[in-house]
Amino acid sequence: MMTVAVTAISSSSLSYSPLLLHSQGPNRRLLQCERNEKRRLATKVAGSGVITAGFELKPPPYPLDALEPHMSRETLDYHWGKHHRTYVENLNKQIVGTDLDTLSLEEVVLLSYNRGNMLPAFNNAAQAWNHEFFWESIQPGGGGKPTGELLRLIERDFGSFEEFLERFKSAAASNFGSGWTWLAYKANRLEVANAVNPLPTEEDKKLVIVKTPNAVNPLVWDYSPLLTIDTWEHAYYLDFENRRAEYINTFMEKLVSWETVNTRLEAAMVRATQREQEGTDTEEEANPDDEEPEVYLDSDIDVSEVD
Amino acid sequence: MAASTAVTANYVLKPPPYALDALEPHMSKQTLEFHWGKHHRAYVDNLKKQVLGTELEGKPLDHIINKTYNNGDLLPAFNNAAQAWNHEFFWESMKPNGGGKPSGELLALLERDFTSYEKFYEEFNAAAATQFGAGWAWLAYANDKLKVVKTPNAVNPLVLGSFPLLTIDVWEHAYYLDFQNRRPDYIKTFMNNLVSWEAVSARLEAAKAASSSSA
Repeated sequence: MMTVAVTAISSSSLSYSPLLLHSQGPNRRLLQCERNEKRRLATKVAGSGVITAGFELKPPPYPLDALEPHMSRETLDYHWGKHHRTYVENLNKQIVGTDLDTLSLEEVVLLSYNRGNMLPAFNNAAQAWNHEFFWESIQPGGGGKPTGELLRLIERDFGSFEEFLERFKSAAASNFGSGWTWLAYKANRLEVANAVNPLPTEEDKKLVIVKTPNAVNPLVWDYSPLLTIDTWEHAYYLDFENRRAEYINTFMEKLVSWETVNTRLEAAMVRATQREQEGTDTEEEANPDDEEPEVYLDSDIDVSEVD
Repeated sequence: MAASTAVTANYVLKPPPYALDALEPHMSKQTLEFHWGKHHRAYVDNLKKQVLGTELEGKPLDHIINKTYNNGDLLPAFNNAAQAWNHEFFWESMKPNGGGKPSGELLALLERDFTSYEKFYEEFNAAAATQFGAGWAWLAYANDKLKVVKTPNAVNPLVLGSFPLLTIDVWEHAYYLDFQNRRPDYIKTFMNNLVSWEAVSARLEAAKAASSSSA
């Protein structure tokens, strides 16, 4: 089968159509990770003439056996090679020829979240995003302790690194069913999701641990994800069977890439400051007529922010 | 509120009504050893610890389930209690050399409420395949009608006011060792080779009797 790849256009522009997104909450903000800039992929025309939408399955930043013995090659073969791949392929099928087809992955996630009343593309889009983020959260020879600003903030917001570890592991272990546990940077947000703090101070910018069900991730509340662990059973069953606690220990001791977490934190802090300075962090632009900004609670998702 | 049929549990890890290797090759002994021997066992053990010294201690399992479901605002013991119940119900939904087609009253009702057995099969299959994340798919009976239901995590039709008749566990731990990510293959194998229509029929009879006696 011949596939003709049109030259991939990658734009570093972060602009996007306000018209498309104006009815959504955080619509003026800069999108988050560099890699979610409009990575306009090749529009592939398969030999059969079928056009597919084009999110790509990015490989992890290390060979599939590089995390052994802590995460087996077999697990990567299945988890990345089948689960992750399927999310990407199914997402492409779902959105080809629709409005969502022109957007970056992060934009698709945010739009299809639809305030908790998820549109069909959400599960695939969010899982595609989550898994890419997950592979990049770990590395061969990972583990150890964070340093620098990241460590300082962890100590500030959790008391100590050990305390943070305890709470993160406990959150991951107690997330019933399928889901993810996150370390995230929460800038300028009140305790109610989606509400913007009108009088932000440094203390309002915090590291938080969040556990989410199924495909949900903290992007949807405008948090900046820094680290994640996948606790869907498929993430650990081949290597650990039902011993999720052991998987979590191994993840923290041998796999987590604090370098990456640190890089993400730096970007998150820069972004937060920029948004405050530009005033794009508030609802003002979206409500030029002085309407009350919308504050809403998500529908029945039981998400807990772990104190 | 529907009463449970046949499953009493009472916080005992009841073994499946067949040897752990009896479902091979459709469901491996290794899966039974983990799924029953570790997952199911842990739900029962943890439930016991959780209700010890509370007002729930000593109460029948379905009572605990309904109380702790708490209209969807789940209380702590719900997950363990419901999972203990669900798993016992699941083992009893299968048998060695299972599969085939139902008969008698059950088949008649399936044909009445789904237009054909094939349509029911399709609907049950679809529910099991599309339950995103962890959960269960069910055939249930309520108000003299059969329906297919899918539930997340530990939720079951008892709390929705229906009589469960059949279930398939679609938590990944139920099929990962034998099928990895191939959930559709697992569902097909379950329907074609494992489901115990006798058990389902017996449950239907009990459900009808319970319905009419409380009418």
